Amino acid sequence: MSEVIVITSGKGGVGKTTTTANLGVGLAMRGKKVVLVDTDTGLRNLDLLLGLENRIMYDLIDVTEGRVPYRKALVRHKKYESLFLLPTSQVKDKMAVNPQQLIDLCNEMRKEYDYILIDCPAGIEQGFKTAIAGADCAIVVTMPEISAVRDADKIIGELGRAEKSNIKLIVNRIRPQMVRKGEMLDMDDINDILSIECIGQVPDDEMVVTSTNRGEPVVSSDSSQAGQAYRNVVGRICGEDIPFMDFPEEGFFTRLKRVFSH
Amino acid sequence: MLEALMKIFGKSEKSSKEIARDRLKVVLIHDRANISPEVMEHLRDDIIKVISNYMEINQHDMEISLANDDDSVALVANIPVQKMKHSGKK
Repeated sequence: MSEVIVITSGKGGVGKTTTTANLGVGLAMRGKKVVLVDTDTGLRNLDLLLGLENRIMYDLIDVTEGRVPYRKALVRHKKYESLFLLPTSQVKDKMAVNPQQLIDLCNEMRKEYDYILIDCPAGIEQGFKTAIAGADCAIVVTMPEISAVRDADKIIGELGRAEKSNIKLIVNRIRPQMVRKGEMLDMDDINDILSIECIGQVPDDEMVVTSTNRGEPVVSSDSSQAGQAYRNVVGRICGEDIPFMDFPEEGFFTRLKRVFSH
Repeated sequence: MLEALMKIFGKSEKSSKEIARDRLKVVLIHDRANISPEVMEHLRDDIIKVISNYMEINQHDMEISLANDDDSVALVANIPVQKMKHSGKK
């Protein structure tokens, strides 16, 4: 049984594309057949996060306008052979695809793939409506920050109006030190306010930046806390019951290391 | 002055996350209360149906709206009654 999952957030910059790339790689690491569809037409970035920016021949618009079959536009990942990217156009705009075209495309890809992850553009306009049209399930990404939580609430409302009832939450870029000091919203606050099922708590981690620089999503890094958090999300998507991780308090040596590394 | 004194005696102000949480809760009450005109129309029709069981009302002059206060939202209805029915629900 294949599943179409849209990754959305309302607000920009909270980590939708990073989350899409990490979940895609994480699922492929488990041997699942995965397609990642970038629907952020005009502002494509998923190719960069996956290190596939030099391999693009055709894009989503070429497929929806019938110039090439979708298989021809898919870019296979260099390392994970069961992972594919369907990039979007960098020159067209969001009106170039309509909801029905994306629904049809998803239904066609369901026959071949276990997971189809759709990276949604920011905002609640047509691009968002198109991106969610074909999805069975939505993952809302937010951050422990008032504007991001407010926009997540708005998006949850919009998803409800579009009759999408299977909605999960990922809270990204948590800073455990600030949470401990009472200077950042904690998971209880966010769960209380948004009241949808949470499947991910991802700490803010410098390795997300360094791995993005290299075009290798952090989920494949054993030493990264964010990578572990993303692997846990992948496990939960696959139906495993995994407890949320604790973020250890920064010890003396970590602090010392930090002082010397600057 | 008072603030400084409270700090000295450990009665510090709310933490910034508590402020964030409280502000969010209020703003979301307002955001979520922004319901569409269609929903408002349905609500109006349903209210008329229920009230008409007990009294005759002037449907044209009735007003229903959501009133936003600083930290709450109220459903305010002004429904002119023309006549009470004798037996209540028929």
